[in-house]
Amino acid sequence: MSLHKDYEGDYSYKWHDLPFLKLSGLEPLVITPESNFINVGERTNVTGSRKFLRLIKEGHLEEALSVARDQVEGGAQVIDINMDEGLLDGVQSMTKFLHLIASEPDISRVPIMIDSSKWEIIEAGLKCVQGKSIVNSISLKEGEDVFVNHARKIKAFGAATIVMAFDEKGQADNYERRIEICKRSYEVLVEKVGFPAQDIIFDPNIFPVATGMEEHNNNALDFFRATRWIRENLPGAHVSGGVSNVSFSFRGNNLVREAMHSAFLYHAIKEGMDMGIVNPAMLEVYDNIPKNLLEHVEDVLLNRKPDATERLLELAETVKGDGKKREVNLEWRKGEVAERLAHALVKGISDYVEEDVEECRHLFERPIQVIEGPLMDGMNVVGDLFGAGKMFLPQVVKSARVMKKAVAYLLPFIEEGKEGELAAAGKILLATVKGDVHDIGKNIVGVVLGCNNYEIIDLGVMVSANEILKKAVEEQVDAIGLSGLITPSLDEMVHVAKEMERSNFKIPLLIGGATTSRVHTAVKIEEKYTGSTVHVLDASRSVTVVQNLLGSNKESYIENLHNEYEKVRVNYAKKKDQKSYLSYTDAVANKKQISWNKEQLCTPGFTGITSLPSYSLSELREYIDWTPFFQTWELHGRFPKILEDAVVGVEATKLFADANAMLDLIIKENWITANAVIGIWPANTIGPDEIEIYQDNSRTELLANTHHLRQQLKKAPGIPNLSLADFIAPKETGLKDYIGGFVVTAGGGIEKHVKRFEADHDDYSSIMLKALADRFAEAFAERLHQKVRTEIWGYESNEALSNADLIKEAYRGIRPAPGYPACPDHTEKITLFELLDAEKHTGVKLTESLAMYPAASVSGWYFAHPEAKYFGLGKIQMDQVEDIASRKGLELEEMSTWLSTNLTD
Amino acid sequence: MSTILEEIKKRILVLDGAMGTMIQRHKLEEEDFRSGWFEDHASPLKGNNDLLSLTRPEIIKDIHRKYFAAGADIVETNTFSGTWIAQADYSLENAVHDINYYSAKIAKEVAQEFSEMEPEKPRFVAGSIGPTNRTASLSPDVNDPGFRAITFDQLVEAYSEQVNALIKGGVDCLLVETVFDTLNAKAALFAIDQVFQKLQVTVPIMVSGTITDASGRTLSGQTTKAFLISLEHMPLLSIGLNCALGAKELRPYLQTLNKNSSFNVSAHPNAGLPNEMGEYDQSPAMMAHQIKEFLDEGLLNIIGGCCGTTPEHITEIAKLVTEYEPRKVGTVA
Repeated sequence: MSLHKDYEGDYSYKWHDLPFLKLSGLEPLVITPESNFINVGERTNVTGSRKFLRLIKEGHLEEALSVARDQVEGGAQVIDINMDEGLLDGVQSMTKFLHLIASEPDISRVPIMIDSSKWEIIEAGLKCVQGKSIVNSISLKEGEDVFVNHARKIKAFGAATIVMAFDEKGQADNYERRIEICKRSYEVLVEKVGFPAQDIIFDPNIFPVATGMEEHNNNALDFFRATRWIRENLPGAHVSGGVSNVSFSFRGNNLVREAMHSAFLYHAIKEGMDMGIVNPAMLEVYDNIPKNLLEHVEDVLLNRKPDATERLLELAETVKGDGKKREVNLEWRKGEVAERLAHALVKGISDYVEEDVEECRHLFERPIQVIEGPLMDGMNVVGDLFGAGKMFLPQVVKSARVMKKAVAYLLPFIEEGKEGELAAAGKILLATVKGDVHDIGKNIVGVVLGCNNYEIIDLGVMVSANEILKKAVEEQVDAIGLSGLITPSLDEMVHVAKEMERSNFKIPLLIGGATTSRVHTAVKIEEKYTGSTVHVLDASRSVTVVQNLLGSNKESYIENLHNEYEKVRVNYAKKKDQKSYLSYTDAVANKKQISWNKEQLCTPGFTGITSLPSYSLSELREYIDWTPFFQTWELHGRFPKILEDAVVGVEATKLFADANAMLDLIIKENWITANAVIGIWPANTIGPDEIEIYQDNSRTELLANTHHLRQQLKKAPGIPNLSLADFIAPKETGLKDYIGGFVVTAGGGIEKHVKRFEADHDDYSSIMLKALADRFAEAFAERLHQKVRTEIWGYESNEALSNADLIKEAYRGIRPAPGYPACPDHTEKITLFELLDAEKHTGVKLTESLAMYPAASVSGWYFAHPEAKYFGLGKIQMDQVEDIASRKGLELEEMSTWLSTNLTD
Repeated sequence: MSTILEEIKKRILVLDGAMGTMIQRHKLEEEDFRSGWFEDHASPLKGNNDLLSLTRPEIIKDIHRKYFAAGADIVETNTFSGTWIAQADYSLENAVHDINYYSAKIAKEVAQEFSEMEPEKPRFVAGSIGPTNRTASLSPDVNDPGFRAITFDQLVEAYSEQVNALIKGGVDCLLVETVFDTLNAKAALFAIDQVFQKLQVTVPIMVSGTITDASGRTLSGQTTKAFLISLEHMPLLSIGLNCALGAKELRPYLQTLNKNSSFNVSAHPNAGLPNEMGEYDQSPAMMAHQIKEFLDEGLLNIIGGCCGTTPEHITEIAKLVTEYEPRKVGTVA
């Protein structure tokens, strides 16, 4: 029976007079009515595959190619390639990867799907493929003109295209909107553009069902009906979609999800869907789905019963899916006490730990034996599982919380018996270096090492080299770990290494934190210190590194390390030679040429500064970008896809639930305050790289001079050497341009709660709180930027973007932060803070390394010109350093130190 | 006068033969490539055949005349290397407009002479657009497969300049030929589309690819069918194959085009495969014999010759085609 009220019987292809959709790589792919469903490979997508992202980011292109090859060998008939990742140069990455694919006949034999939300990346991709490919995607989202323009170009390049059911009003979410948008898109394409009908592939949006929200009940059925409608009414057009979305509510229960995918495809294909992205590993054979489950699933998909969702949820609880363990099962409480402790440690359950430890204490002669026995045994299991990749960081931190609580309970008894020190595997000193306040990563390392029986001496943040050395001697530590996030911390680490050398230290030095790298450690730190120095990529590696450094085979480990770093240095030197740089004068000559005109500039609604104290946290919650939150916890993947990731999905889902529970409390009980100050001032560029900021629009009284840096790497012809100063109208144009600045923080009042958790031995909650405060600060910056664009400055008063679009930065204007790639000179932050009187308005202070304290703070400049975009400064030459030092009135040496990470050596 | 679009429905059209082979007969010297135009040019120009349209136009016109006299319906302009990319080897990027404009103009003059003589058999000029000497899909450096010596944008720019001058010089159609890299050809079509829009004119477009060897693929690796699919987005007068192979070796790939192409199908094979001395030595009679097989199968709408073919070959071919109906062009799935 037809699912569609307007149609009888099964769908059958009826456009035999039209040509087929024909695609090509090195070989043809012709899609006929007899073709089976066309399966598009999705692993070469940085937003969907953490592995692929890592390979691309780290430049392991050979391996990245093998991901593509595996897909083709595994039967993908088209491969989707996506390079949409904030830290990648999308155009360059897409071009490079497609070039490489072109040289691999066993990959390039299939057609390419060029996937990006950015048109410039799509266009770059189209310029690299000799075959007929598919663009993924275009839509009416930005209006008909943009849509027509893109479609014309796609046609001239000879590609087919996916068209999303999306228009100016938003994404189609019901049957009527789907057909309305698809019909309009089709008519524009066929009648206005002359686009071949068979080259149009609609994606009418697959949304989750069984979400518990009534308006979602028809999500699948509407897709089926829209599919049928498109295939019956839009001659020649095809239908595609990403299937796994539909089962989003059942993440964690793969059995149900697989059944849902199969049943969904079964119906969608019957209604005419003929292409799509499906993970073959997440698909059950339709006929093998148990009858009862299938019936419940189809009730939901087809919205056949009013209580279909409840019934499927109920059934889902009883069918065993992989990783589904939601019910509170107290069976484990019946075991022996040692088993119960082990269980509590591995599962991170702290509810019963005190009573179990108390019980256990009486089984041993001395209380310390409880730690040495059952507790350490349990932690060893945790360590092993973590090492084997079977447990993830949030779980380990929860286990540590149980351990710490148990130890805290036992300590008074141990001290009473004066039993002396516990034999630890080693003593590690950890510190965030002078001038830096970021400590989430360092704290996680501490917890992980603690779990593995290392004693941690944590000196906290902003610790000077002297203190570190003094404490290391006092405590006779076995190793020192340094952490830092901002670029000046790299120099501070070099300084600590030199000081350790001067004081004849021999113990290993560990280097970690966001701006550190193996290359920096090898090139800049290791040679300064004759003891061993090692870069630790993330917390999960710290245990292995420390075990190796302190273990019985340490000599050979250290020798290997030296050799490896020597290789890194040699490669670095080689690579360095290959790059060529322009003189500063030549770089200036190749500046970005904007043809300045009045229309592109917008007079702001106000100039001066304004503060926004105690901003609504519940409003900011909607603006949180969750992906970096999961990265903090070393769970890698994009939100929300990460929640259904085959490997970390279950843990990510739990972590997300914990985070939301804490968010509820933070908001309800006002744990933290979010403050901001923003300013907008009349400004013009003078000289190549200086922006003058004026008191008022008479532009006679100077408030401040800001100084920017210009790229000096030699570019391909036609590519400018950028500086942020290029984005503000030069004074000689006589145009009235403006610049903005801001400081936001979400760290007000956080210390009290961090201390409360630490007192309770609850690292999990303390790290969680800091991570959430960081997210609030970023969300605040995002929200504020939006307000600036649409209200305060008001140059984009018609902007209507979803949070996902905001995260993708699909808007006009940028907000680069001093100390980050476009303007790595931290000292400009001093000017910014003075202009904004930021400490007074927000409570944020600058440390001696110009880190912001509290750590959950963000600052930056606002540039509003339509052509303003983010870029990385890259390496610069001494001629520019001399120039900027003299302009800023700083000693050359001091300027060089601040810019050291951008200098070629 | 009837247009090429009308004529191609009536009969199999004959394309001319090789230009290079005919120029060789003249034993030209350095001075011939400079005369009146490039007297003071710093580097040697001998071998840059496209320049002869400027420096020795009578020689080129005479070759066109010989082919028309042999029975060709279409001659190709002497512009195979008429892009700044190919001319960069001679530091003559600036000569590109003149090469194309005057080559088109002199070919058109000769075509008009013949059309006036035989109004029942109008003659046409196809603007020859070569592949350039660089590939957009392949790296010239085996150790760096991601490298490209030319970009799509550069090709579009180069082809736009050439196409613009050819159209202004009066060509009846364009022939994107000897396509060994489909991405280069896509850039040519992209450029043609842009020039059409700019000048507000259109002329029919012919595309002819080159199957490199017995693998049946282009140099850039595509099968004949994939090659066809990759270029079908532009409305073409014809799609076909030329060069690299002789008529015999070309046959299976022409069958593929015949089966799948909704455009007219063309072929201009070499005079066999080169012998030990690198010369093409297939006689006009032998070549005609092999082409007869194509015609018996009804594979073609346009037939001509590439490397090693001469007015003698074209005479044989032109005689042969009068006995056959052109391939039926309809919509293919």
